[in-house]
Amino acid sequence: MEFFRIKRDIPFMRHALVLNAVSFITFAAAVFFLTTRGLHLSIEFTGGTLIEVEYSEMADINRTRATVEALGFGEVQVQKFGTSRDVLIRLPVRGDVKQADVAGGVFAALCKAESGSVAIKQYTTPQGEQVSRPSCSNAAGAEPLRLMRTEFVGPSVGSELARDGALALGVTVLGIMAYLAFRFEWKFAVAGIVANLHDVIIILGFFAFFQWEFSLAVLAAVLAVLGYSVNESVVIFDRVRETFRRFRRLSPHEVIDHAITSTMSRTIITHGSTLMMVLSMFFFGGPTLHYFSIALSIGILFGIYSSIFVAAGIAMWLGVKREDLVKTSAKDIDPNDPNAGAVV
Amino acid sequence: MNRFSWWKYAILGVALLVGLLYTVPNLYGEAPAVQVSSGKATVKVQADLAVRVQQALDAAGLKPDFVQFEGTSVRARFSDTDLQIKAKDTITRALNPDPADPSYIVALNLVSRSPEWMGKLRALPMYLGLDLRGGVHFLMQVDMKSALTKKAEALTGDIRTLLRDKNIRHTGISRDGNVVEVRFRDAATAQTGQNLLTDQLPDLQWTQLAEGGEVRLTGALKPAAAQRVQEQAVKQNITTLHNRVNELGVAEPVIQQQGADRVVVQLPGVQDTAKAKDIIGRTATLEIRMVNESTEARDAERGSGPVPFGSERYVERGGQSIIVFRQVILTGENLTDAQPGFDGQTQEPTVNLTLDAKGARIFRDVTRDNVGKRMAILLFEKGKGEVVTAPVIRAEIGGGRVQISGRMTTAEATDQALLLRAGSLAAPMEIIEERTIGPSLGAENIQMGYNSVIYGFLAIAVFMCAYYLLFGVFSSLALAFNLLLLVAMLSMLQATLTLPGMAAIALTLGMAIDANVLINERVREELRGGAPPQLAIQVGYERAFATILDSNITTLIAGVSLLAFGSGPVRGFAVVHCLGILTSMFSSVMFSRGLVNLWYGRQKKLKSVSIGQVWRPDGAAGMIRRDTPDAPDAPSAKA
Repeated sequence: MEFFRIKRDIPFMRHALVLNAVSFITFAAAVFFLTTRGLHLSIEFTGGTLIEVEYSEMADINRTRATVEALGFGEVQVQKFGTSRDVLIRLPVRGDVKQADVAGGVFAALCKAESGSVAIKQYTTPQGEQVSRPSCSNAAGAEPLRLMRTEFVGPSVGSELARDGALALGVTVLGIMAYLAFRFEWKFAVAGIVANLHDVIIILGFFAFFQWEFSLAVLAAVLAVLGYSVNESVVIFDRVRETFRRFRRLSPHEVIDHAITSTMSRTIITHGSTLMMVLSMFFFGGPTLHYFSIALSIGILFGIYSSIFVAAGIAMWLGVKREDLVKTSAKDIDPNDPNAGAVV
Repeated sequence: MNRFSWWKYAILGVALLVGLLYTVPNLYGEAPAVQVSSGKATVKVQADLAVRVQQALDAAGLKPDFVQFEGTSVRARFSDTDLQIKAKDTITRALNPDPADPSYIVALNLVSRSPEWMGKLRALPMYLGLDLRGGVHFLMQVDMKSALTKKAEALTGDIRTLLRDKNIRHTGISRDGNVVEVRFRDAATAQTGQNLLTDQLPDLQWTQLAEGGEVRLTGALKPAAAQRVQEQAVKQNITTLHNRVNELGVAEPVIQQQGADRVVVQLPGVQDTAKAKDIIGRTATLEIRMVNESTEARDAERGSGPVPFGSERYVERGGQSIIVFRQVILTGENLTDAQPGFDGQTQEPTVNLTLDAKGARIFRDVTRDNVGKRMAILLFEKGKGEVVTAPVIRAEIGGGRVQISGRMTTAEATDQALLLRAGSLAAPMEIIEERTIGPSLGAENIQMGYNSVIYGFLAIAVFMCAYYLLFGVFSSLALAFNLLLLVAMLSMLQATLTLPGMAAIALTLGMAIDANVLINERVREELRGGAPPQLAIQVGYERAFATILDSNITTLIAGVSLLAFGSGPVRGFAVVHCLGILTSMFSSVMFSRGLVNLWYGRQKKLKSVSIGQVWRPDGAAGMIRRDTPDAPDAPSAKA
C-alpha cells in the first residue's frame, strides 16, 4: 500500500500568501470569539459545586432544574451528561452559603422531589469492599436516583489553577522556542511557535464558539498538542536543513516545497494514527474524556495544517537562507552520507 | 551490518522480562481481604499482630491465602467474600474484646490476587485513584495565620512570666497579629528586658523604638521560626486527622501534605461525606473538667452508689472509674502544645502543656480556687470519653504553662503528650476542595479507560500491519512493548492510576507510533532511491533517529512544564506522559531495530524487505533524484 504517489514536489509555497491569509482569518475569528464569548470554564477554575446524579428512569430535566432553582443558589446549570438518565448540576460559589453542605442539601431536595428519603446505606460490594454511601429510596424500596459524584472547589483554588495553567503554557512556549533556536535557528523558532500558538488559539476559539466546557483535562490536552505539533514543524525543519545541504541549486522556497512534500506521507500517517487513538478515547472514553479528546482532535487536525502551511510559510517570510542552516566552513556533505556517492 | 551485539539483545531481553514481571500483577485483579489497623493513637501495629490474627483464624478454622504485616497494618487475603466476612467477625472478636471500645480497626478491603512471591519482589499492581475506585477526596487548607497568631499568643504569656520572674518592670504587653509589643518606662530597663528576652526566646527578633518618654520593644517571629511553626502546625494537624479518620474505619486512608499549607485526605470506599466531614472538622476532642470528690461521688466511684447529679462517670486509662463534673473548663482549642519533659527538681518525667491566653486566664482562676483538688483531662475518641490523666492541683498556675508529673514512666509521658496533642488541631482547617465518586462510576471509568486504550491500540496496529506489512508488525510489537514498559514503570513507582492517567497512556501510544512511522517512511524512501535493502534499513534508522530525538524533546518540554505547574489530575497526566516519552524512545528505536535485525540481519543477500509497496514515479530512480545533488564544490548561486 502506498497512499502518496507524488511525482513532483507540490508547490506549497506558491500559495503561501493565500494560505497564510486563511490562517490569519481563522486566527482572528478565534480571537474574536474568545474575547466576545469567553471560555466556559469548568468549576475547577471558577470554584463552585458540581453534582452528578443518575436517575433510574429517563430524567425529567425541567423538574430537576425547578427543584434546584427553588433552593436559591443563584445561577444553576442543569444538563444531561452522557446518557439520558445522568444529570449534571453546577452551582456557583456563594459567599453566604457554606459550600461544604451544598451537595448534600441538593441531593436531599432532589430525592424529596422523587418522593424518597435519604439514608446512609452500608454494604459490601461483591468484590468484598466495604462501602457506605447516602442513598435515596422511596416507599417501594427502589432507588429513583443515585448520587454518582460531587465536586466542590473553593474560589481560591480556582484562581490558583488558572494562574498555574497560564504559567505552564508560558514555560512550554519559551522552552520549545529556546530548544528550536538552539537546534535550528531563531527564524525557525519563531515560525514554529507562531504556528503552534495559532493551533492553541484555534482550539480555544472552538471551545469559546461552542461554549464547550474548558476543564483542567482540556488544558492538559492543549499543552500536549502544543508539544506534539511542534514535532511536526521539527520534522519539516529537519528536512529543510537537510535539503539545503544536499541541493544547493534550489531556492529557499523550492527547498521548503521539497521538504514538505517528502515528509507529507509521514505527517499524514502519524497524525492519522494518533487521531485513531484519540477518536477511540472519544467513542469509548465516556463523558469524562469527551472534551479532552475533542481538544486533541482539533489540535491534531490543525497541527497538520499549521506545520505544513503556516510554520514553513512564516519561516520563508522571515527569509530563511541556506547560510542560516549550513555552516559554510563545515564540510557540506557528510562523508558517511550514503547518498554522497550517488553524485553524477 | 544490521546486527546487534549480544549485549544489546541482552538489554532488550532483561527489559522485556522486568516489564512483564511488573506489569503482570495488574492483570490478576483483586481478592477480598481483611485489613487490621490501629484504632487508637496509643495502639501501635507491629509484626506480632500478624501472628495474633493468624492464631485467631486458625482457632476458628478459617484458612486465609496469607496473613501479612505491611507498614502500619496487617492484611489477610481470602479466596471468597463469605470467608472474608466470617474472618472479619472472628478477628474483631479476638482483637477487640470490648466492642464498645475497639483498639483495632478491622475493615474489609481488596488486595491484589497476584502470587505472594511477586509481592515480595515489590511487583505490585498500580494503586487506583479515587476516580477509578470511588470514595471521597478532601483538600484542606491549614489557616497558617492563626497558627502564627497562636504561637505569638503563647509567647506573650512567656514574656509576661519571664519579666515578672526577673523583676523587670514594664508598662504593658500587647499583641498585634504576630507582633508582640512590650513597653518600658526608660531605655535602661528596655535594654535589660531586651537582653533577657533575646536570651530566653530565640524565636523572636526584637527592635527598640523610643516614643514620647516610653521605649517600645517590638518582637516579631523570625522567618525561620515562623516556618517551623507552620511546619509543625501541618504535621500536628495530619496526626490529629489520622486519629479522627480512624474513627471511620476506612481500610486505606490517604492523609498527605500538599504544598506548604494544604492537606489531602482521601477515603476510598466512603461516600458518606457528611459524616466524614463531621468527624474531620471537629474542633476539639479534649476537655478539662474538675473531678467530683464529694462523698456521694466516692461511693459512686466504688460502685456502691448512684452517680451524683451534674456529674458523669468516666474510666481512667488504668481501668479505674472516676466521677467528673459535666461542666467543661477548657477544651483542646485552648491547648497550644503538649510535650513530654522532665521536672527540673525531682527529675521525674512530666507532660508540659501550653495554653493560649484565654486558656491561661481561665486556668489560673480555676487553679487558684481549687488548690488541693483534682482535675481530669479527658480525650474523646469515637464519641467516648476517656480520662487521660487526673492530677492534683498543687498551686495556682498562671502564665499558661502547666506541668503534670508523678507516677509516670518516660514512655507514658510521651504517650500522654501525643494523646493530648491529638485532641486538638494546631490551626483550623477549611475544606477548599471536595470530590466524591460513587463506586459504580469508578468501575465504569476503569472500563472506559481500558477500552479506549485497547481499541485505539488495535486500530493503530491493524493499520500499521496493513500499510507496512512486516515492518508494520515490528512497529506494532514495539508499540506493545512500549505499553508494557510504561505500565511496568508506573507499577514500579507505585503511581496512582487515574482516568487522566489512562488517557495519557492512550495518547502516549498514539504519539509514540510517530517514531516508527518516521523510520518506516525513511526506509521506504531509501529503497525508493535505489539503496539495497540492508543499507536502506541502516540508513533509515540512523537518519530517522535525529528527528525522533528532536520531536520527543519538544513533547517532553510540554510534559515537564505540565508536571511542574499542574496539580491534581493534570499531574497524573503529566507523569504518565513524560514517562511514556522516555519508554517510547527506547521501544520504538531500539526494540523495533532489534526485531528487524533479528529477522533480516542474518541474511547476507537480502533481495527485498517486506515494508509495503515502494512506489517509484514512472519507474525512475525516485523523486529525490529529480534534481541531482550538487557536487560539494559547486557554487550555490540560487541561495
